[in-house]
Amino acid sequence: MARLDVKIKDLCLKNPVMTASGTFGYGLEFQDFVPLDGIGGIIVKGTTLAPRQGNDYPRMAETPQGMLNCVGLQNKGVDYFAEHIYPQLKDIDTNWIVNVSGSSPEDYAECAARIDVLEKVPAIELNISCPNVHDGGMAFGVTCAGAESVVKAVRERYHKTLIVKLSPNVTDITEIARAVEAAGADSVSLINTLMGTAIDIEKRRRVLSIGTGGLSGPCVKPVALRMVYQVARAVRIPVIGLGGITTATDALEFLMAGATAIEIGTANFLDPAVTIKVRDGINEWLDRHGVASVQDIIGCVE
Amino acid sequence: MKKYILDLTVLSVQQIHERYVLVKLTSDDALPDMLPGQFVEVRVDGSNTTFLRRPISIHFVDYQKNELWLLVACIGDGTKRIGELKQGDKLNCVLPLGNGFTVSEGAKKVLLVGGGVGVAPLLYLGKVLKEQGCEPTFLLGARTGKDLLMLSEFEKYGRVMVTTEDGSMGEKGFVTNHSVLQNEQFDLIQTCGPTPMMKAVARFARQNTIECEASLENLMACGLGACLCCVEKTTEGNLCVCKEGPVFNIKRLLWQD
Repeated sequence: MARLDVKIKDLCLKNPVMTASGTFGYGLEFQDFVPLDGIGGIIVKGTTLAPRQGNDYPRMAETPQGMLNCVGLQNKGVDYFAEHIYPQLKDIDTNWIVNVSGSSPEDYAECAARIDVLEKVPAIELNISCPNVHDGGMAFGVTCAGAESVVKAVRERYHKTLIVKLSPNVTDITEIARAVEAAGADSVSLINTLMGTAIDIEKRRRVLSIGTGGLSGPCVKPVALRMVYQVARAVRIPVIGLGGITTATDALEFLMAGATAIEIGTANFLDPAVTIKVRDGINEWLDRHGVASVQDIIGCVE
Repeated sequence: MKKYILDLTVLSVQQIHERYVLVKLTSDDALPDMLPGQFVEVRVDGSNTTFLRRPISIHFVDYQKNELWLLVACIGDGTKRIGELKQGDKLNCVLPLGNGFTVSEGAKKVLLVGGGVGVAPLLYLGKVLKEQGCEPTFLLGARTGKDLLMLSEFEKYGRVMVTTEDGSMGEKGFVTNHSVLQNEQFDLIQTCGPTPMMKAVARFARQNTIECEASLENLMACGLGACLCCVEKTTEGNLCVCKEGPVFNIKRLLWQD
């Protein structure tokens, strides 16, 4: 049994496997399939200061080896999370991380501050990269100034580990990564979904209610892996890799590219037990190659 | 209810119609408890165009024979793959998912209205109702007589009435035109089928103040309430059909048109 523990600033993960926001609910939806305390970290649904209804149906289109979604941050708001969801989670021994979104830097900061007081939430992931909401989301994540403004505002009000989730829908993701690092982020996670569309040729119109959506699944993996490789070499803070990870092999590629931890997203829909299989597969690979700790392979490729 | 990921074994795939197959599955272990109206997320491998699991209604469960039946409309690439399964193949299923129909007991008069492949969940519902001493009436609709599926099975559990659009079997017209709706009183209507049909059934139920439940089939990804893709607008806001449904009391739906 190799050592699987990794650290993201003050956040200690028992293994590098986390779940991506919006793909694992509040974890509870998956507890019949996997022991939640066997997962390094669980990043729960995108949460905003006020409740949101999200976009209209249809919100999903299947694509070869992937899917498009335009859910649009449907959630019941941070206070509902704190009062009704958090009590159900807090005694389960994993790292509960809340993905935070907003429409203005003040919005993000207030939401983050209300999560700061929750003892068993040691980190947040700032979503400055949601492609499916008009007011905010990705608008902040596609410019250095926008990204900086949100991270600075949150940093003043949030005192634990601050992860910032980056959009791939930019000219140079390393510039944005450096900007959020300078603004006080403790880690960056990437990639959020790639913006795409799909057309129903019988109806002669776009499938999704808002026209466009975010692409995820195995089809985005090579793009995500390339970006993780680049960002890991552009910043000093730890990088969390995600984008199409479905197997332990995928996860090991991201770790070798420079990710300190990984998130599993869309693959949870295909196999609700995938997280534990990936964890065990990483361990098996390390043992088979006589590697004592997962930390020894992080960023090992040139 | 506890959910499972199971590799079920295909016992048979019967082509019961040019578009529909009846897939019978079994397991080495006893099948888990399933309720009428719940569904299964079936993994489809080996297709270039599909990626996600396919949500399929539980058509019938025979606990004595340890069999689960799925009635599948082979329309897209994913469901066509299911139709190509052979005896002995494994089918990876996540089950049972969602909330089922209310199972009435005793003297209640229950009408089960199905259209097309939407008749699927009503067979298992009919069986469970009959076991509870509440023999249901089935009202099944299709375009033509040959599109009416599994009639002899339905007859085992209750009275069967049919309508066809071309009049080739039963009464001519839509299910909502059937004379049984005028001639008899029902306490509860439970329906599954094309949305326009279910909306028409719901309208009839509302006008006659009859309790009514409808099973929705919005496009789904996870089937577990995690991805929030299959939402339906309800009196409580957007709800996941996979987790809060697929069966809803029509009072919760915004089907007032």
